[in-house]
Amino acid sequence: MAETLKTEVTVVGAGPAGIAAACRAAESGARVLLLDENPRAGGQIWRGTRCGRGPAGARRWLARLSDSSARLVDTTAVVDTDGDGGLLVERRGEALVVEGERLIVASGARELFLPFPGWTLPNVLGVGGGQALLKSGVSFRGRKIVIAGSGPLLLPVAAALATSGAHLRLVAEQAPAHRVHGFALSCWRYPGKLIEATRYRAAFLATAYRTGVWAVAARGDDRVEEVVLTDGHRSWTEPCDYLLASYGLVPNLELPRLLGCAVDNDRVTVDDHQLTTVDDVYCAGEPTGIGGLELALVEGEIAGLAAAGRDREETALAGRRRRLERFAAALAHAFAPRQELAERVEVDTTICRCEDVAWKQLHPAGSFRQAKLATRVGMGPCQGRVCGPALALLRGWEADRVRPPLRVSTLGVLASRSKGPAGH
Amino acid sequence: MTRRSHPDVVVVGGGIVGAACAWYLAAEGLAVLVLDAGFPGGGATGAGMGHLVVMDETEAQFALTSYSLELWTALANELSADCQDEPRSTLWIAADEEELALVEAKAEFYHRRGVAAEVLSSSELAGEEPELRPGLAGALHVPGDRVIYPPAAARWLLDRAVEKGAAVQTDCRVEEIGSGWVRTARGEKISCDLVVNAAGPEAPRLTSGLPVEPRKGHLAITERYPEFCRHQLVELGYLKSTHTEAADSVAFNIQPRATGQQLIGSSRELVGWDLSINRRLLAAMIRRAFDYLPRLAELQVIRVWTGFRPATPDGLPLIGPWPAIDGLWIAAGHEGLGITMALGTGRLLAECMVGRQPSLDPAPYEPARLES
Ligand SMILES: Cc1cc2nc3c(=O)[nH]c(=O)nc-3n(C[C@H](O)[C@H](O)[C@H](O)COP(=O)(O)OP(=O)(O)OC[C@H]3O[C@@H](n4cnc5c(N)ncnc54)[C@H](O)[C@@H]3O)c2cc1C
Ligand SMILES: Cc1cc2nc3c(=O)[nH]c(=O)nc-3n(C[C@H](O)[C@H](O)[C@H](O)COP(=O)(O)OP(=O)(O)OC[C@H]3O[C@@H](n4cnc5c(N)ncnc54)[C@H](O)[C@@H]3O)c2cc1C
Repeated sequence: MAETLKTEVTVVGAGPAGIAAACRAAESGARVLLLDENPRAGGQIWRGTRCGRGPAGARRWLARLSDSSARLVDTTAVVDTDGDGGLLVERRGEALVVEGERLIVASGARELFLPFPGWTLPNVLGVGGGQALLKSGVSFRGRKIVIAGSGPLLLPVAAALATSGAHLRLVAEQAPAHRVHGFALSCWRYPGKLIEATRYRAAFLATAYRTGVWAVAARGDDRVEEVVLTDGHRSWTEPCDYLLASYGLVPNLELPRLLGCAVDNDRVTVDDHQLTTVDDVYCAGEPTGIGGLELALVEGEIAGLAAAGRDREETALAGRRRRLERFAAALAHAFAPRQELAERVEVDTTICRCEDVAWKQLHPAGSFRQAKLATRVGMGPCQGRVCGPALALLRGWEADRVRPPLRVSTLGVLASRSKGPAGH
Repeated sequence: MTRRSHPDVVVVGGGIVGAACAWYLAAEGLAVLVLDAGFPGGGATGAGMGHLVVMDETEAQFALTSYSLELWTALANELSADCQDEPRSTLWIAADEEELALVEAKAEFYHRRGVAAEVLSSSELAGEEPELRPGLAGALHVPGDRVIYPPAAARWLLDRAVEKGAAVQTDCRVEEIGSGWVRTARGEKISCDLVVNAAGPEAPRLTSGLPVEPRKGHLAITERYPEFCRHQLVELGYLKSTHTEAADSVAFNIQPRATGQQLIGSSRELVGWDLSINRRLLAAMIRRAFDYLPRLAELQVIRVWTGFRPATPDGLPLIGPWPAIDGLWIAAGHEGLGITMALGTGRLLAECMVGRQPSLDPAPYEPARLES
């Protein structure tokens, strides 16, 4: 039987959205538990920020969190709902039940991978994955690196790699020049963003940043040794020790979908208070639409206030949210994956790494579920978290139904129920 | 072969039962058209465990399961690799002396009917499956049972039917069945001589009065642990759970898959068409398995799902003509044994439909038996 933690507001995900939500709710007087599977708060972007280190905004929010009465429950993954309105979570192998009166889902995003020949070779990583390695202390000094991906994340990662002494050979942005330039021009409305981008670019001036260029194949024997790149007219190879190739972010919609929240066009449907279509369940940050750090913070603040019953204080934030949403829409338009990325897939290209399923095996299937039953695609431990978004893009397939566990867990944890009388 | 303007038989449903019917009917030389609302194997067939098992609750159940097992075994060398067909003996586990007595009676029943089975003592059982908790009384070992991957098997059967001239249409929902015709959701009326309703749990939606209802079951699958268990393990109490009067029930049932994964069942409940996970029942089902395999609690689980067994009031399937509509035949209501019984069902149905001497006495399965 699992121990039960009771609270007023449960926040899942201690990235920027979750931190802002937890702070605002706690500061408004609510009892708050903030759950995250990582050992520290910070989410994807503030991973590795400690006292006295990291960007000022991050340090400010983390300090605010530790000054608040919100309790961070770290190293804790949400595995399932408990069927009685609570969450079943795993902490260091043990099950816990968290019962909150209101829930804020701030589960963030993950990288979008699109398969191409050689993408499963060792040392082919996501752009954010490379960044995470760097933040965890792995040294890239003197290693030849090609970044061939998409979106604004390319800039800070290139800057950080160059600064750390990596031999950055090329930064290739798949989006065409006119889209990227058009986007940059429209940024006059967001001068902060432009200044930030210019600063990052200055940190890797020795390396070319080319738009309209993408990887078509990675080659090597037991790890990547070179990458074939193209601009659509001409192809060439670049030698590399690492290739960072991912194409922006996809939201983590599994928890909201498991909870029954309506999702439209890959976004959790929310009202002005970040309330989903399920009573007492709010959502903030990337699951409501990929929008980046500042939008995640604003949405988190609004959700935190709303969940603590302080709806009226939200008005001041609503204007900022609207402005940032426009920015997010421009971003999504500018960096949308080009059609040619889908055309790179060859018959033998692996689609599902967990179950080793190749493109050609999927051929006759008409839906993700049909392909799954026929080939085991998406049936492995990651449950389609990687191949699902790729197949949505390549084949137009909707994700399969979300089923527990949300994270690979033990049967012992999954079979745990609350100690309370209702749990038997 | 030359196509006539309309098929001899329309089979509604391309689950494992409809697929088997289509194959045997096509083998009889009939022009068969299979219509499935989704894709073949996407219904109960895609949710089931794929244990091909002889069961002995009644003579009729035994006759159809053991006959079907003979047919499956004969196909073993022909099935494609993705059907994952393999011999997998069953151990019916007796927890105490009382259950052991039942095991001995069961062994006797099997022997008299020529099906191999042996009684294992407590220590023999422990030797076969070291992960089982100590102190279990013994087990019935049935070496002839098998395991397959049901959706691939349904696909394989349909491919064989197509080789014999059948046609298959997916994403084609039938809205109404009449005497010598079906009408699809696209508004098309297809004429034929005969119709088979093999729509699984959904069969009564097309044939009102058909006594079939969806009985939900949960399954949980683990990461790969190829050495954890070697046999399909089922508690003897499983039989009780299949025809309990209670609203819901669980029983211990675990199956080692060809992938090395462990598939854990089983639960039964009548909750209509609700596919959601019942956390209370799921936890009870998994904990029931811990009673037998304590170390199972440490295994990593990757997915849980549910499916609907097409259940009938007397636990036997409906195979035969439907008296109310001329030319309509039923092949549905196989509850938790439809994968096993598919081949026997298809064969028996085809023989009856073309008027040949049936391989089994069809009377116990005739839908008319349940007409009130
Ligand atoms: C790999 C990666 C790198 C990025 N790098 C940058 C960057 O350098 N610069 C930039 O501007 N933006 C970056 N981003 C974008 C950034 O994530 C978002 O803009 C912003 O951080 C979103 O905040 P969030 O709170 O919505 O989500 P996140 O920061 O993603 O936080 C969500 C948190 O929820 C946790 N979580 C999710 N599900 C569960 C569960 N079931 N149980 C327990 N915990 C759970 C996650 O582990 C995570 O800690 C990156 C994104 C990714 C995926
Ligand atoms: C959890 C669980 C475990 C099980 N384990 C086992 C086991 O180990 N061994 C065993 O033998 N059996 C097992 N079963 C039982 C077995 O899965 C079923 O008895 C069997 O799959 C029934 O097959 P079917 O073809 O009748 O139904 P289905 O597979 O449901 O096929 C019916 C088909 O009809 C189609 N259809 C429905 N309505 C229409 C319409 N109006 N028009 C056109 N098409 C339509 C559907 O799309 C579907 O494809 C299990 C079942 C469950 C749920």
